Amino acid sequence: MAGNTNISETSERPLSPHLQIYKWQITMAMSIMHRATGVALTFGLFILVWWLLAMASGPEAYDLFRKCVSHPVGVFVAMGLSFCMFYHLCTGIRHLFLDSGKFFKIPEIYASGYTALVCAIALTASFWLAIVF
Amino acid sequence: MNTKPASLIKWHKGGFKNPMARARGLGSAHDGVHHWIIQRVTAIASIPLTFWLAWSIIGLVHADYAAATTWLAQPCNAILMLLTMVTFVWHAILGCQVVIEDYLHSEWFKIVKLIGMKVVLTALGVAGVFAVLKVAL
Repeated sequence: MAGNTNISETSERPLSPHLQIYKWQITMAMSIMHRATGVALTFGLFILVWWLLAMASGPEAYDLFRKCVSHPVGVFVAMGLSFCMFYHLCTGIRHLFLDSGKFFKIPEIYASGYTALVCAIALTASFWLAIVF
Repeated sequence: MNTKPASLIKWHKGGFKNPMARARGLGSAHDGVHHWIIQRVTAIASIPLTFWLAWSIIGLVHADYAAATTWLAQPCNAILMLLTMVTFVWHAILGCQVVIEDYLHSEWFKIVKLIGMKVVLTALGVAGVFAVLKVAL
């Protein structure tokens, strides 16, 4: 892990096939998306703390926060982050099953992947329907 | 001589580790198991907290300053928000650590990014906890 990583970078020996060699499939796409949404949610934490700090700072700060998140750009960001949250939640639960040794047969890993994706979309849609109505 | 086929030997039961190593629960990286376990524990804790947060946001979309602070000042909401902050920030630090370790190959830059990420996210968590306490107390 540490120390001698540059040996493989500098030597002439053949390397194992890298990303561009593989055909895209749902398993790898979902795994990459799980990480990407996790990083996005880390940035989303800044907005959550902004909301809390606005409450702690007073009515003017809170109104500014509300103005920003109700702006079309703010709503767009909130929609993206809410999907990231539900996607990371659903695929995260799937990863917990994978960690315990479940769903490793090919049909199962595909079925659980599509299930998690559908659940994430359904949860995001219900979340925004509940907000609008 | 072990007559079992190699595929049936369980690493945690078989002879790959001596009893002391098994009791310590450490792998070859010396602290990987702890990181892995805490990442899962915070993940499981995040499941109900995520649903609670989503539910709360739905209820607070039209809340003004007075309504929002009254909501956060209730002990149940303040405690759940504190738990959410600690759990999410902790889980984010562990997750970002893995991403940085996997994708950054320059050793000194990796260390700078790791420390910087942990400092910034810890400060973020402290700010969130402070804000909740200020509103609730």
